[in-house]
Amino acid sequence: MTDLFSKFDALIAQRAGLLATGVKDPFSLVMEEVKSPTVAVVNGKETILLGTYNYMGMTFDDDVIAAGKQALDEFGAGTTGSRVLNGTFQGHKECEDALKEFYGMDHAMVFSTGYQANLGIISTIAGKGDYIILDIDSHASIYDGCKMGDAEIVAFRHNDVDALEKRLKRLPADAGKLVVLEGVYSMLGDVAPLKEMIRVSKEAGAMILVDEAHSMGFIGENGRGVAEEQGVLDDVDFVIGTFSKSVGTVGGFCVSNHPKFEIMRLVCRPYVFTASLPPAVVACSAASIRKLMHNGNKRAHLWENSRNLHQGLRDLGFKLGTPDAQSAIIAVIMPDLEKGAMMWAALLENGLYVNLARPPATPAGMTLLRCSLCAEHSSEQVADILSRFERAGKAVGII
Amino acid sequence: MTDRSEMFDRLKDLIEPFNKKGVEVTETTTFAGDLEWDSLTVMDFVAEVEDSFDIVISMNLQAEIENVGHLVDAVTKLTAA
Repeated sequence: MTDLFSKFDALIAQRAGLLATGVKDPFSLVMEEVKSPTVAVVNGKETILLGTYNYMGMTFDDDVIAAGKQALDEFGAGTTGSRVLNGTFQGHKECEDALKEFYGMDHAMVFSTGYQANLGIISTIAGKGDYIILDIDSHASIYDGCKMGDAEIVAFRHNDVDALEKRLKRLPADAGKLVVLEGVYSMLGDVAPLKEMIRVSKEAGAMILVDEAHSMGFIGENGRGVAEEQGVLDDVDFVIGTFSKSVGTVGGFCVSNHPKFEIMRLVCRPYVFTASLPPAVVACSAASIRKLMHNGNKRAHLWENSRNLHQGLRDLGFKLGTPDAQSAIIAVIMPDLEKGAMMWAALLENGLYVNLARPPATPAGMTLLRCSLCAEHSSEQVADILSRFERAGKAVGII
Repeated sequence: MTDRSEMFDRLKDLIEPFNKKGVEVTETTTFAGDLEWDSLTVMDFVAEVEDSFDIVISMNLQAEIENVGHLVDAVTKLTAA
């Protein structure tokens, strides 16, 4: 018998080798208690959270929690059904209404996760004979959506407008084309030149999908994301987003002004063939989205935190993924996986949690310690974070 | 067969800057196995070939190209259109 698991042997060996050096397993951490959006108990120790994507700190918002409790009492624990059968409750419609208002768009479709939103929309709208043109550093959910569909996939170099334009021009003029972009790329926290990319895409007659997962709530005048910030949201055909970051719950969505958009509810398999979100989740989400529309002060504080952390880490001598703070993600580049894992463990010892990210999730084979800030981090916590980075960095010998 | 050998020579010239191991390049040389290219090198090389011939090699097609001979076939077909 051929062991189907033998294809994982190299990874199993790499993992065993890493653990043999004495570091704790970075991928099996348990939060024993969660005290607030910025503090949890890990290994019995109070730990500052700096790797949660909980950008706006909505997970413990009083109004959000109250909405969830009420829905739990009134609508029960789950829907036990697909959105197109028995799984659309009042709360799902209210959540979609909140999204339409938030983005100022005609249509909104709520999926069970952000991953499924990309999987569903991309695989359904680009079919046989069509082309999907995507940034090489696209998120796994975008690649998986491509793999699930029948379109031809063409990749271009990360954030390279020229490379995108050249490839668009080489494709058959009359073929259907979907250009897939992200507002903020989650590994390095860098922002895409959407304005130029959307211009060349429109000139080539392509439709445009932008994943704004890491910008909702705090980039752009109304928190609609990088496309809004760059003044090109009206040219975007489909915006994909998630509830598991700024919104603070779980779920995914697509908003669009396409006049035929509603047909997606019947033809999009990751929407149809799965159970809908529980009533409490959609109620929390709708309450959170409505609060995110009016959050100027929190946004300003989040940006201040991000700039301060970026400046502070640079001053300490760490190598960062972007020259300035472009989003609420600050990526610290590690020399290699082993040092990265040691640094990650040293930070945790110092009561600080960040994400350890490594290939194939990262670009250019990099190992990263990815920090994501929260509007609820106090200025004192950011100062504290920097001193913990300094201690750990010196102990491991990175700075 | 001159067309084919011309195409092979042009592609071989494009491969050389990426041939860090100095492997001898023939039609049966594989990109992942013999040349030991990782996904980043593949991406850079594909962009190089695309720009040289003014073509697009989709990821669907790339998945079928394992050795230099396959690439010669693919680029010949794409440039004939």
